[in-house]
Formats: sequence, structure tokens, C-alpha cells
Amino acid sequence: MGEITLTIDGQEIIGDEGMTVLDVAKRAGIYIPTLCYHPDLAPYGACRLCIVEIEKMRGLPTSCTTPANNGMVVQTKTPQLQEFRRGVLELMLSEHPHPCLTCWRRERCGPFDICLRNVDVTQRCVLCPKNKICELQDVVDYIGIADVDLPYTSRELPVDRENPFFERDYNLCILCGRCVRMCQEVRGIGAIAFTSRGSESLPGTAFGRPLRDSDCKYCGACVDVCPTGALIERRRKWEGVAEDKVATTCPYCGVGCQLELELKGGRIMEVIPLQDNDVNRGQACVKGRFGITEFVHHPDRLTTPLIKKNGGLEEATWDEALELVASKLSGLKKDEVAVISSAKCTNEDNYVVQKFARTAFGHNSVDHCARL
Amino acid sequence: MTNSIREIGNAACILAIGTNTTEAHPVIALEIKKAVRQGGKLIVANTREIELVQNADIWLRHRPGTDVALLTGMVKVIVDEGLADTAFIEERCENFDDFKESLKAFDLDSVSHITGVPAEKIAEAARTYATNSPASILYAMGITQHSHGTDNVMAIANLAMLTGNIGKPSTGVNPLRGQNNVQGACDLGALPNVYPGYQSVADAAIKEKFEKAWGATLSDKPGLTVTEMFDGAHKGTIKAMYIVGENPPLSEPDANHAIEALTKLDFLVVQDIFMSETAELADVVLPAASFAEKDGTFTNTERRVQRVRQAFEPVGDAKPDWWITCQIARKMGINGFDFESSAEIMTEIASLTPSYGGISYERLEEGGLQWPCPTPEHPGTPILHAQQFSRGKGHFVPLEYKPSVELPDDEYPLLLTTGRSLFHWHSGTMTRRVGGLNDLLGEGWVDISPMDAEKLGIAHGDHVKVSSRRGSVPARANVTEVSDEGVVYMNMHFAESSANVLTNPALDPVAKIPEFKVCAVRVEKNSN
Ligand code: SF4
Ligand code: SF4
Ligand code: SF4
Ligand code: FES
Repeated sequence: MGEITLTIDGQEIIGDEGMTVLDVAKRAGIYIPTLCYHPDLAPYGACRLCIVEIEKMRGLPTSCTTPANNGMVVQTKTPQLQEFRRGVLELMLSEHPHPCLTCWRRERCGPFDICLRNVDVTQRCVLCPKNKICELQDVVDYIGIADVDLPYTSRELPVDRENPFFERDYNLCILCGRCVRMCQEVRGIGAIAFTSRGSESLPGTAFGRPLRDSDCKYCGACVDVCPTGALIERRRKWEGVAEDKVATTCPYCGVGCQLELELKGGRIMEVIPLQDNDVNRGQACVKGRFGITEFVHHPDRLTTPLIKKNGGLEEATWDEALELVASKLSGLKKDEVAVISSAKCTNEDNYVVQKFARTAFGHNSVDHCARL
Repeated sequence: MTNSIREIGNAACILAIGTNTTEAHPVIALEIKKAVRQGGKLIVANTREIELVQNADIWLRHRPGTDVALLTGMVKVIVDEGLADTAFIEERCENFDDFKESLKAFDLDSVSHITGVPAEKIAEAARTYATNSPASILYAMGITQHSHGTDNVMAIANLAMLTGNIGKPSTGVNPLRGQNNVQGACDLGALPNVYPGYQSVADAAIKEKFEKAWGATLSDKPGLTVTEMFDGAHKGTIKAMYIVGENPPLSEPDANHAIEALTKLDFLVVQDIFMSETAELADVVLPAASFAEKDGTFTNTERRVQRVRQAFEPVGDAKPDWWITCQIARKMGINGFDFESSAEIMTEIASLTPSYGGISYERLEEGGLQWPCPTPEHPGTPILHAQQFSRGKGHFVPLEYKPSVELPDDEYPLLLTTGRSLFHWHSGTMTRRVGGLNDLLGEGWVDISPMDAEKLGIAHGDHVKVSSRRGSVPARANVTEVSDEGVVYMNMHFAESSANVLTNPALDPVAKIPEFKVCAVRVEKNSN
């Protein structure tokens, strides 16, 4: 692929043929506001926030759909663009609660603060699970909106809570279509599509049936791409922002998806598939996405060694348990002992187990349930 | 896998046989769908009308257990029609002439008769696979869990070599491994016949290498497999077992036999994160840290070694598995178990395992590495056999079709095949503790075709009893056209409807894998 050079905001930037103007700008770290764009989805050109000015081109093309050409001269943040974006955004916000979005104090507002503007609880950003990780907030902050002229009309839709993992509150939907396109383009399912509801077209299942009766596989990919609080994992609802994140590998199937555990207070609060790798590239399945937190923190977890006494298993210290195991295993003839390792455990665990079997007992009776 | 996950999406043809990919390897299924979106052909060979059938150009509904016939039938069409890659065969393979002779038994009529697939469909699949390259074959336990599983795998290799679909991007013979770290457990020598890196225990030089490194006297005789261990426990020759993180009563064939064996032991130590069915029978239970509470690595199905990272301290007094095993060894006075961290263990692994020789935690910070990765400079190996096969030349193996050991008869008229659901995993110790997953699938169902259901007077949702020669379990009837007439299907995840109470422990003579995918059963309506 050939190289091309563009001038964006006065900066010379090199891109590859086949990239869009937005791709090139992103690569150079230049922020252009976007909402319907997602790197894993085909360009859509619906939200019109990513408009730019390009010399010798008429109008205000959307950078996410415009192929980058050699020699293009692009402006991303002129007063005209910002004015235009403000108009687009205001229209969007007339259907999304916005008093907090335009409030200067939003960043500092805590859940128990009394709102001086008397904003209704259902409309406060601070109570939305996406607060501070919301792309709509980012866009509003970049464009700057002091007030929305159009009044906010709530869609007054009930929040859909019938599936076990995520909630769908289409009162917060900005119609970017990412969820619908993700489900169709990447997951190949098409459980949700734009369907008409009243005067509007909103994402949903055919005939508004519960997700359970659709083809949904609960992969959570729609939740991961939703820029607002419309689709959110239920568990993390009241948890706020993660304190820490740890990248790891899914403990379930042999695909080995790369996942990020979002942590708070020594617990997993949400599991997000990682983007930047050659295995799952931002995707996961229901087990990895929603099936980890609960088993890791389950009250049934074994927390102490147990020794069989009087027909039942009783709590013991590590010393007691290890002494007993060591003495029992030492007391038998070596070929009377067999060792089973595990395809669930790490490489290091397996290495140590087989080394133990082979060195302690001088035979090779070590296996695992791989065949099964 | 000989090739990598991300190559699958660029294949011009995919043959998915014995894999219900959307359920068991959902993220790999995305790559298959991507290939189809880009115009690639998809051939699905499965007795069940799995989800992928919707995306398939050709669906071969062959009878369970007839894979060798189906695949070799395709091979014969390719040879007869002159579609084989003769240059590749000439240059890279051997034994083609003998092999060609053996194809006589696989004329389309006989193959069609054995498999139940119309001859023309088999021929069409053969042509599609041979003429759309690169072509990739994906398979899973639907191929390996048979008394002739090794033959099945060789039939796949024959087909791939015949068309030169080996060693190039988006081709290959690609087993999709079931559990997160089956690949790693095998790589690291949790097998009775090999040390880490598949180094044979029978090889004197290898034995000497490990004896020197470990300061121990080792045996050159292969040890017992899991199934043989259970037989030993039954006979009383095995008196103690140390079981780390496994739950054999649910994952072994003939589960009742496995439970009996465990109760006969003098001493059973079980190390796990939950009180499993196996742990209930133990004399000592040792609490292990979960994957989120320890450092380490898993190796995925494409041979990629990836980091597992500790997110917080283990719950209660739980400890990482490696730590526990080291403590037992030290208490027994065995040397070589003074590891302080999992990174230190990886250093020892790398020093003794040529294919992991270049792998270190430092390098893994940059992302996973695919073995063979022999040196610290080596970039890893996304595609195997690019220049030559590990054994030099690719050997065509003449095969014979062997029926499954136990086929339906008057007493047990239905054929049972087993598998996995999207919502649960393996013996269910983890997923069945997740409320939402249980909510979506909370009990064992048996899939049965509308024809069979009608014959048996069974309606959808009925409580039924499924019995085989080894036992019987309750389940609910899922009347569905996904199941072919005469074939019923169950998941393996549910202790109370454990399909493995029913399955046949007949083993593949080489791989020692039990025949989970075919046994004969009877389904009856449960009166209560
Ligand atoms: S969870 Fe997955 S399958 Fe279900 S609607 Fe969202 S993207 Fe589609
Ligand atoms: S639900 Fe979210 S992702 Fe879907 S269209 Fe609305 S805002 Fe976009
Ligand atoms: S997220 Fe799903 S597909 Fe990915 S490794 Fe885990 S179980 Fe497998
Ligand atoms: S991001 Fe370009 S139009 Fe929405």
C-alpha cells in the first residue's frame, strides 16, 4: 500500500492509501468528534459530528466516510465546523437528558450532592453508569454547549431489564446505530435492528419481543460499543469508575480471548474484551463477558484446607493439610500413586505438577482430562 | 492449530467438521462468518443442524462416526477428477501411491451408503474444497472423541495434504481445543508419555537431560492415562490420587465407574476452587486460587502463550496451584521446588523445553507468542509446516472405515451424541455458579427430532429418562429439527443430567480418547 501525505490543521501527516481522513487524523493523535464511527464497523456517516473542511471540496464532508487522498488540506476545528456540530448536537440532545451535560459543575458533582439547578434524578449524569466514561460527554465538552435551545422531550420508554446481564434504556439512545451494526456486521446475528416505535425509529428486536425470544447470544458486543448509557451491564450499574484494570486471558474455552478486568475495592466490576491483540480483537462471548465475576467472587469458593474427619470434611490449617498429604503419599509404594493435572490450570501449574509426579514417584503416571 | 485464528477470515473455503463453533468457540465462529461475508465458501459437516448451517454453502449431514468414510470419499473424488495438487504431493509428501490404492474402497456409492449423504453432495463438497484455495479445515471434539478418532484426524490430514492446503496462510488442519489450557497442559508434559515440549520419556538422551536438570531418577516407561488410572483404582493397584482442578465424574465416560474408583482409593487429595463432585470424595481438599488471583500463562488453541495476571489476593486462605504442589513436594523432601514466582517457573520451562525456549514474561508483556519459539529473538510461529513437516515428508495414511463400537439396536434404538453449550463450560463448576447463565440454560435437555418424539409419544418440555447400557439420567425433551431422525443430543455440563453417565468408555487405541460422540440409548417418558 502506498503512502500518502495530508495536511491536517497545518500539520503534515502521513497515511496509507485506503485510509479515511478520520483514520489519518486519529493516527496522528488529532481528535475529531465522532459518535457513529467505530473502528470495527463499516463507515456509516450518520451522526455528522466528524465533519471537516477540505480544500477544493464542496460542503462539509464527514471524515469517517471520506477517503484520504494525497495532498489533501484538511481543517478539523474551524468556527464554522464547531457551529455546525453544535446544531447537530443540539438536535440530538433534544431527545437525551442534557441539563448536566451543559452544566459547568458536572465534573465535580457527586451522587449525594444537592443539585442547585433542581435537575430531576432521572436526568442527572452523575447517576448514569456511564458518567465520566461517556462518549457523548466527551463530544459535548469538545464542542462546548452552554445551553440547548430545544426543550428535552423524554421518550418515556420503560427500561428493559428482562435479560440477566444488561439493561436497555433507550431513553438515552442517540441513534448512532453502533449496536445494530455490531450485532449484524461483526457478530453475524442481527438480533436487533432499527424498528419503529411511535414516531421514531429505535434499536430493538423484531416486534419488540424480549431478547430471550430473539437470536441474541448475550455476547455483550452491543453494550461494549454503545457510546452512551443506553446499554449497560447491570452489575456495574452502581459501581462508578474503575479503580484499576488488569489485562488477562479468559479462563473458559481454548480461544484464549484477551480480557480486561475492571476492578474496584478488590473485586471485579466488569470484564471488557481487549481490542489490541490478534486473538479476539475486541470480541468475547457470554461466558467471558458476563460469566466471570460471579464465579470468582462466589461464596462457595473454597477458602481453607479441609481434612476428612469422622466421615465429614473439617477445616484445617495449611500445615496440617500439607503434613498429612506428604506423609500419606510418602507412605505408599511409588507406583500406587497417580497424579491428575488440569487443563484449566496455568502452564506453570502444570509444569510443577508433572515435575512433582515424575520426581517424587519416579514414574510417569501423570495425565489430565484433555481428551475429554 | 497449524495456522492462526486471524487467518481463518481470509480463507476462500472452510470445512468445519465435528465442531459446533458458534457454541463451543464463539469468537472463532466470528472469523468463519467473516470469511463467508468476504465470499469464502463454507462446508459444514455435522449431523446436527447447527447455527453455522445457516451460513453454509454445503451442509453434509453425515451419520455420527462416519467421518473417515466422508472425508476419504471426498479425497477419492479429488483424485479421480484430477483436482489434487500434484506438485505439492511430489515435493512435500510420501506414500501417495499406496494411499491411492486404498481409495478403491471409497467409491461414492459405498460412501453415500455409509454416511447417509447423497453422492452428488459429497462430490460437490470435494470440488468446492479442492478448487477454492486457500482452504482451511476446522475440527473439534466431534472428530477426536471416537474409538477411531486418530483415523479421523489422519483422514483430515490426507485431505489437506492432497490439495496442498498446508503451510500457507489461511489453510491448514486446525483442531479447536476445548478447555482454556488443554494445549498448555499437553505442551507442559501433563501427559504420561512425554516431558514438556513433547519430548519422549522413552528417549534416553531426553531422560538424562531431565534427570540432570531436576536432580532425580526418572522412568523411561510411559505412565498411566487418566482412564487407566481409574481402572487401576478399581483393581486396587492405584491406592492414592492427587487431583488438581479436575472433576472426573463429570468429564470421564461412564461416570459411575469413575465415582466408584474414587471411593475405592485409600487416599484422595483434591485441589480446586470449588467443592466439586470429586472434592466431596476427598480425604484432603486444598483451596486453590482462581485465574484472577494468580500469575501465569495459558496457551490457546493456536499455540499462543498468553499472560494470566493477578488482579487481587486469593480469597481466604486459597493459594496458587503451583505453590501448593511445591509445598507438598518440599514437605516430602523432594528437591527442585523452591520457586518464588510463576515467572521463575517459566524460566525453568524455557530452559528445558525447546519450543518454549524463547518465551519469557518480559517478552509476553508485548503480547502473546506462538510456539515454536526457540530463542529470545525468535518471533514465534503463526503457521506450522511452512517449509517442511516436522517429520520431514507428509505421510499419506491409507485408512479403513471402522464403525463406532456401540451402535443403536432394538434395545437401545437411538444414537446419542454429546457436546457443549454456549452458556456453560465443561463440567459446569464455574458457569453453573453464574446466575445469569443458569437463567438462560439451567438444566440438562436432550435434543430429539420431531419424528422420534412422535414415535415415543414425547412432547417438547417433557421430563424423560435417557438410558444406555451404563446407566440412566433424567432430562427434559427438546423436540427440534436440529436433531436428525435417530440421533439425540445432550450437553455435558449438568451433574444431575450427566451425559457421561451414558457414554461409552471405548477408547481410541492411539490417543486413548473415549467415544463420547457415539453411543446407543433409549429415551422414555418419565412418569413423574
Ligand atoms: S448481546 Fe450480542 S447477540 Fe445480543 S443483541 Fe447484543 S450484539 Fe447482538
Ligand atoms: S443503543 Fe447505544 S449503540 Fe445503540 S443506537 Fe442507541 S446509543 Fe447507539
Ligand atoms: S470469551 Fe468466550 S470465546 Fe473467548 S475465550 Fe472466553 S469462552 Fe472462549
Ligand atoms: S462519526 Fe462520522 S458521521 Fe458519525
